[in-house]
Amino acid sequence: MTAFLRVAALVVRKDLTVEVRSLEVVATTLFFAVTVVLIFAFGFVREGLAVEGVAAAILWITVAFSGTLALGRTFERERQADTLRALLLAPADRPAIYAGKLAGMLLLMALVEAVLVPLIGLLFQAPILAAPLRLAALLAAGTLGFAAIGTLFAAMLVRARSRDVLLPVLLYPMTVPVMIAGVRGTAALFQAEPDLDLAQFWTALLVFFDAVFVTLALWTFEPLMTD
Amino acid sequence: MSDFTQVAVVGLGRHYGRRRALHDLTFTAQAGDILGLLGPNGAGKSTLLAILGTLLAPSAGRVEYGGRASADAGSDLRGRIGMLGHDLFLYPELTARENLVFFGRLYGLTDAAAVASAALERAGLAARADDPVSSFSRGMRQRVALERALLHGPRLLLLDEPFTGLDQASSAALVVRLREVQARGVVTVLATHDLDVVDGVLSDVVFLQGGRRVVTGAAGALRDRYRAAMQDGPRS
Repeated sequence: MTAFLRVAALVVRKDLTVEVRSLEVVATTLFFAVTVVLIFAFGFVREGLAVEGVAAAILWITVAFSGTLALGRTFERERQADTLRALLLAPADRPAIYAGKLAGMLLLMALVEAVLVPLIGLLFQAPILAAPLRLAALLAAGTLGFAAIGTLFAAMLVRARSRDVLLPVLLYPMTVPVMIAGVRGTAALFQAEPDLDLAQFWTALLVFFDAVFVTLALWTFEPLMTD
Repeated sequence: MSDFTQVAVVGLGRHYGRRRALHDLTFTAQAGDILGLLGPNGAGKSTLLAILGTLLAPSAGRVEYGGRASADAGSDLRGRIGMLGHDLFLYPELTARENLVFFGRLYGLTDAAAVASAALERAGLAARADDPVSSFSRGMRQRVALERALLHGPRLLLLDEPFTGLDQASSAALVVRLREVQARGVVTVLATHDLDVVDGVLSDVVFLQGGRRVVTGAAGALRDRYRAAMQDGPRS
């Protein structure tokens, strides 16, 4: 277990060092996410008032779109010099490589969401501070479910010629349960009177999806990458 | 896993869907051998290297590392394999030192920083150790990549087109390094199109065509033998 965590931490640290040097993925993902929210704001905000109940859906659509962009760019970096193969060659548990890539994606998406949530609160008058911890838990659980499957698919497709098309085509249908739970849970928190019980139900469901997706990804990563 | 002194390929086959990339390959390489894989594009050289490096599972047959199949050896086996791919396996945003230290730690080296410094010294890149790899020439990157593959003292070294893009001096330096590795008793398997450069370096050759072994044997007069082998076609 210690070796597993050591390798995962090495991969995360390497990804962060590369990202700090280039800022490529953070900058493009943030720019894209903010642009998507602004476009939605042009459509759904009239005379300073947002159409009721759209904020939750816009938040999760933006998370899904920007997350897909980040996944593609992160693994494009591993593809360019074939470094993913170098990682898989190391005498480490191959699922630890997956865990490291997943943790790096989660950190990146957390950064994007830290900008995204206040922006949506501001533009769509969403009560993001009504139950901040529950909103954070819901976002964390939903992002983990999305990134768990996304990281696996992005790694699988890294050598595929049509990876940019295939990633969203495979990823979105698989993450529909996460998106539904995320939107419904967030909508429950964004109501005038937040429904905490309903939000807790959807968060629990997301935690269940996370357990299933992460277990499946760790289990299938090695055979999928070598066959 | 204990060290091995022989790598045996037994009845190896690999197909992608209906397309056969390798068919019924059998050969052996011993410690200190530099085995050349020669053949045209699409002959199956890179697929064979990927299988030898445990990056790809064979569809038929097996590879034995000192009598143990890769499936039985697990992740320890990968710690005894070094691989230099055509794409060099280096992060261009990181410095040469950061690349080597990262991979050293990934291979579980406790003194990765010292090993990386020694490797950079050997590659003649100590003065550029803290420059990003993206600022290096192809030859310099190739030298770093070779040291990365050798960092952990592998028993099996796999090289995919290691002479591509190298000038004469860099090719000569690579040949010298290969001789050093050979003297240490490492099994080296090398896929290349640079027949003139490797003639005299290789101890054995396997000619491949369409995923099949055309002919095997000791090296020498490679260009003439290559031409003859490709005209004769695969052996049944």
